[in-house]
Amino acid sequence: MAERSFLQEVKKLRTGAGEEFVGEGILAVTKALLQSGVAYVGGYQGAPISHLMDVLGDSKEILDELGVHFENSASEATAAASLAASVHYPLRGAITFKSTVGTNVASDALANLSSGGVTGGALIIVGEDYGEGASIMQERSHAFAMKSQIWLLDPRPNLTAIVDSVEKGFQLSEASNTPVMLELRLRSCHMHGKFIAKDNLKPSFTLKDAIENPKQDPARVVLPPASFAHEQEKVHKRWPAAVKFIKENKLNEFINDGSQDIGIAVQGGLYNIVIRALQLLGLSDVYGNTKVPLYVMNVTYPVIDDEIVEFAREKKAFLLVEEGQPDYIEQNLHAVLRRADVATKLHGKDFLPVAGEYTPAVVTKGLLEFLKKYRPDLLAPEDALPSVVKPSAPRIKAESVHGRPPSFCTGCPERPIFTALKLAERETGKHHVSADIGCHLFSILPPFNIGATTMGYGLGSAGASALQSKDTDRATIAFMGDGGFWHNGLTSGIGNDVFNKNGTLTVVVDNAYSAATGGQDLLSSKAENEIRSTKHPIERAVRGIGVKWAKTVTNTYKVSEMRDLFIEALTKKTEEPKVIVAQSECTLNRMRREKPAMTKRIKEGKRVVKERFGIDPETCTGDHSCIRINGCPSLTVADNPDPMRKDPIATILSSCIGCGLCGEAAHAAVLCPSFYRTEVISNPNVWDRFKLLQNGIDRRLARIEAHA
Amino acid sequence: MPEKQSRPITMAIVAMGGEGGGVLADWSIDLAEKMGYWAQTTSVPGVAQRTGSTIYYVEFIPNDGSGREPVLSTMPTPGEVDIVLASELMEAGRAVFRGFVTPDVTTLIASTNRMYSMQEKTAMADGRVSSEEILQSCEAASKRFVGADFAKVAEECGTVISASLFGALAGSGALPWSKEEFIAAVQRGGVGVEPSLKAFERAYEIAKNPKPKSAAPVAIEIGKKPEKPKDDGLTPEQELAIINDPSSAVGPALKEHALRIAKEFPEAVRVMLVHGIKRCADYQDVKYADEYLDRLLRINSLDAERGNGTYRLLNEVARYTALWMTYEDTIRVADLKSRRRRFDRVKKEAKVKEDQITQVREFFHPGVEEITDTLPGPLGRAILKSRMTSKFIERVTKEGLRLHTTSLHGYLLLYTLARLRPLRRRSLRFSLEQSRINDWLDVIFATASEDYDLAVEVAECANVIKGYGDTHRNGLNNFNAIMREVNSLRAKKSSGAANRIADLRRAALADESGTKLRELLTTSA
Repeated sequence: MAERSFLQEVKKLRTGAGEEFVGEGILAVTKALLQSGVAYVGGYQGAPISHLMDVLGDSKEILDELGVHFENSASEATAAASLAASVHYPLRGAITFKSTVGTNVASDALANLSSGGVTGGALIIVGEDYGEGASIMQERSHAFAMKSQIWLLDPRPNLTAIVDSVEKGFQLSEASNTPVMLELRLRSCHMHGKFIAKDNLKPSFTLKDAIENPKQDPARVVLPPASFAHEQEKVHKRWPAAVKFIKENKLNEFINDGSQDIGIAVQGGLYNIVIRALQLLGLSDVYGNTKVPLYVMNVTYPVIDDEIVEFAREKKAFLLVEEGQPDYIEQNLHAVLRRADVATKLHGKDFLPVAGEYTPAVVTKGLLEFLKKYRPDLLAPEDALPSVVKPSAPRIKAESVHGRPPSFCTGCPERPIFTALKLAERETGKHHVSADIGCHLFSILPPFNIGATTMGYGLGSAGASALQSKDTDRATIAFMGDGGFWHNGLTSGIGNDVFNKNGTLTVVVDNAYSAATGGQDLLSSKAENEIRSTKHPIERAVRGIGVKWAKTVTNTYKVSEMRDLFIEALTKKTEEPKVIVAQSECTLNRMRREKPAMTKRIKEGKRVVKERFGIDPETCTGDHSCIRINGCPSLTVADNPDPMRKDPIATILSSCIGCGLCGEAAHAAVLCPSFYRTEVISNPNVWDRFKLLQNGIDRRLARIEAHA
Repeated sequence: MPEKQSRPITMAIVAMGGEGGGVLADWSIDLAEKMGYWAQTTSVPGVAQRTGSTIYYVEFIPNDGSGREPVLSTMPTPGEVDIVLASELMEAGRAVFRGFVTPDVTTLIASTNRMYSMQEKTAMADGRVSSEEILQSCEAASKRFVGADFAKVAEECGTVISASLFGALAGSGALPWSKEEFIAAVQRGGVGVEPSLKAFERAYEIAKNPKPKSAAPVAIEIGKKPEKPKDDGLTPEQELAIINDPSSAVGPALKEHALRIAKEFPEAVRVMLVHGIKRCADYQDVKYADEYLDRLLRINSLDAERGNGTYRLLNEVARYTALWMTYEDTIRVADLKSRRRRFDRVKKEAKVKEDQITQVREFFHPGVEEITDTLPGPLGRAILKSRMTSKFIERVTKEGLRLHTTSLHGYLLLYTLARLRPLRRRSLRFSLEQSRINDWLDVIFATASEDYDLAVEVAECANVIKGYGDTHRNGLNNFNAIMREVNSLRAKKSSGAANRIADLRRAALADESGTKLRELLTTSA
């Protein structure tokens, strides 16, 4: 199991009707699924929706009671394909992943699903990883909704609104036989709030009912001529049904409409930001009582033409607040107004930034420009405007603030792999390195600067596949994490290399978890997992697919061994792929388990050895070579205690957990004799005490020496 | 403008992943809700968990009893943040840079400790940003600045920084709730309550009773002070005592040397020279300290003649001559590592308690050259020449040495090595280094009469040679390349020579491989 426990959160899933649920956005969605009578849930972990998967993973009891099937899908494509269960059967199903990366992977299955349509409600919960804190390419899920005709919900960032949209999403899906995508922004997922809960609901039609009464209907399968009929059905039947449902249920909101000759149309997810901007301009209170009419699009696809025309018709102009690019909604709205022959001016990305996150600052500025043009009378005098709209220079020099990107944790077992490669390359020369997605991608940053491209999760080897040539002895290197490996890398990378006789050296970083997404288990995890099958070695898988040169290193901290293995692999060119499985447990997860256990053992009076590293300031010359091949957060610099030396010395902070990399690296790189390891033994045993006698002699010698 | 009471209290917590910013936000939310407020927090953890900069944002507003739910922002707005809590000084600086700290509204509560950025850490010399500058910006940008080393407070109480920052938040009075209510929130949190409250209490007092503005900001382990280190550094009084009477700072064996310093050298360099003679005598023998002073004599008279009375050149030459003369060889390393002072420091660092036992293991990896270095000259040269013997030594030392210093044999090995000091004078490395030092001093002497500033730069160039093994070799190569440039500049009587050499020196320290230096040497040669 992942080393974190979610028992507190699991308890919240039992909140009953009328009780207040207090917690995080993504947890509220999890509860909403159970309240909606969902029959099955799948997904692939990743920020910001990992929590949904983690909590359900710990909720076996509740899921069993309700008869809900939950799985950790092998990939987003697997998750999307699992929605097939809702095609013929009235089963409500939900899947979740990080978007747009996950949606990219899922898109084949999603397209097939949307073509045939669904009977039971199918909900795709995407964590929109956009803006500050995002870790992926900046794109919009909106495009997927449009291309496959999936309805897109973008509720207000408010727990009640989000929970309602889950329930309504299922209903909309069923009313229009179309899958529905629920888009949650990064901050909405991690937002603390509350809502009034309902009881959890057992699905009325169960998985058992479906399995025992199988249905078959070629009209729902994507094969001509059904596929042509699907396209017609989409626009002539399902679309109008959706529009009808959305209008009747008032999923979009008109707020204070009719009060002014201007207005703002806004994606539901940006509602709070717009209210804050209006508040700063003196045009709303904190409860959302706005003086400017709003049209809140909690459904951003499809656009409801009638509602747009209704909102626009009596106005001079309105501003559309739509985050990200391309400006799909703005283009759509222009077309709607043109077709309806409405002359109202529509503004959007002419006043607001074309690209980038819509923070309160940029929305306030854009809104101010819009109001200055159409209704300056509504604005407060210049000097009463908020400081955010006034020009100002930073109050600190830019050079004083360095970028601080994420990096490998203290004690991370992946760092020594890159230290070893850096040292190996001193002998073998530089190589093209194709990187992958995962914590190991931090290698592209200083101090390692290793890795030229990353083409997506599990695509490390695939990204190296073209760089093969008979005219050189130099191999191409690819990195892949265990997560990416099982996601698709085994076939897309390793299998591809075997079949095409590519000589790529692939390093699979096996830290026993899908670590970057929160430490979830996967096929090759070492831990026992009550509800999953683990302990399937990666080396066995690559051998199974035809790799002959495969080696597993079980202790990545042994830098010299890793380095020698790299040199061996890189100097022996073959026409066949080579695979090194670099194995050591993710420290973050290991410490979550071991730290409390260690404290407990010390308390119980059992012998515990705690290791940490140190640097002798007297022998450190302040050149920081050790840092340049390591980069550990606990290895840093400090004032030089030597009165004659100017440069700071290297030092090790008390956060050191004694992983040993600095010692090993100093060894392997023949760096410097300043490193030492201290072992502090709590509750020493008889043998330790015997050795203590030796310590006594040492102390005496030390005294003699000091006076000599 | 909106009515004042309808505006929520806004608070941003800026931190690095894994520091407990989330705990701090959770305590705040719990406290606010207990006090009858609506509270909302948002965060962007994602990959920022892994030591990257991250931000938690919180808003509170009193529940007016109407049942109306307020619309709260998910992101901070520059100019509208009432409280910024920063877990580290550069992160506080970042909040200032992003405009979240403004003089009209913001109470900035920042821990003044530094976690150096990768850029600061990987520099070959001193790449640290000035803490003083960040502190001044924090002070100027905020309405109120509460700055202290809250990380240290937390560490001393055996907890993490969220506890001390929460205490500082309570003490600052920026939130309308009593100390007892804050404490109750920590107790409800239920994890590590006792140490958390200890740190809370101390930080509360610091924030409650801020030092007057004129006093130096709490100076605990902050700041870039290359000239004078903080730990073990001398106070101005101690320095004055040395200047007046150098012999007051040395033992009986060096009394004569100290008298020599007082008689022959100006006040401006006496502190440096006292450090120098102690270092040389400690490294080799008393005679070595004499040789040190002898080497400086001619620079002394030259500086008196050519300098402006500050003895800038002599000071730097005195520094680097001493450092160079005490180059790190195996004997020196063994000597330094077997001292009692060192074991005491190690134990203190590992926070060893009474009933615990410590063991120390060294990580040595002497290369062939480091071994031949300490052997008598002819023997060392012979080994280096013989490929077979070198290969043999390489094989034997390939795996490196993990020495258990706290074991009897490990300690004795170090002790014995350290006692080989008398052999050093006859070693290969010794004669090599002495001639290198002399050559360097000759260049300085010759240059000083033509171009004083250039001579100072040449003196500083000694800093390019540092480290062990490959780092040392690269440093020496870089040094030699710069010296060649010095000679050609002197031949050309170039006017900007000092600046040019300063640039080259910085380039040599920019990266280990000497790439930057080579670029600079070729582009503008």
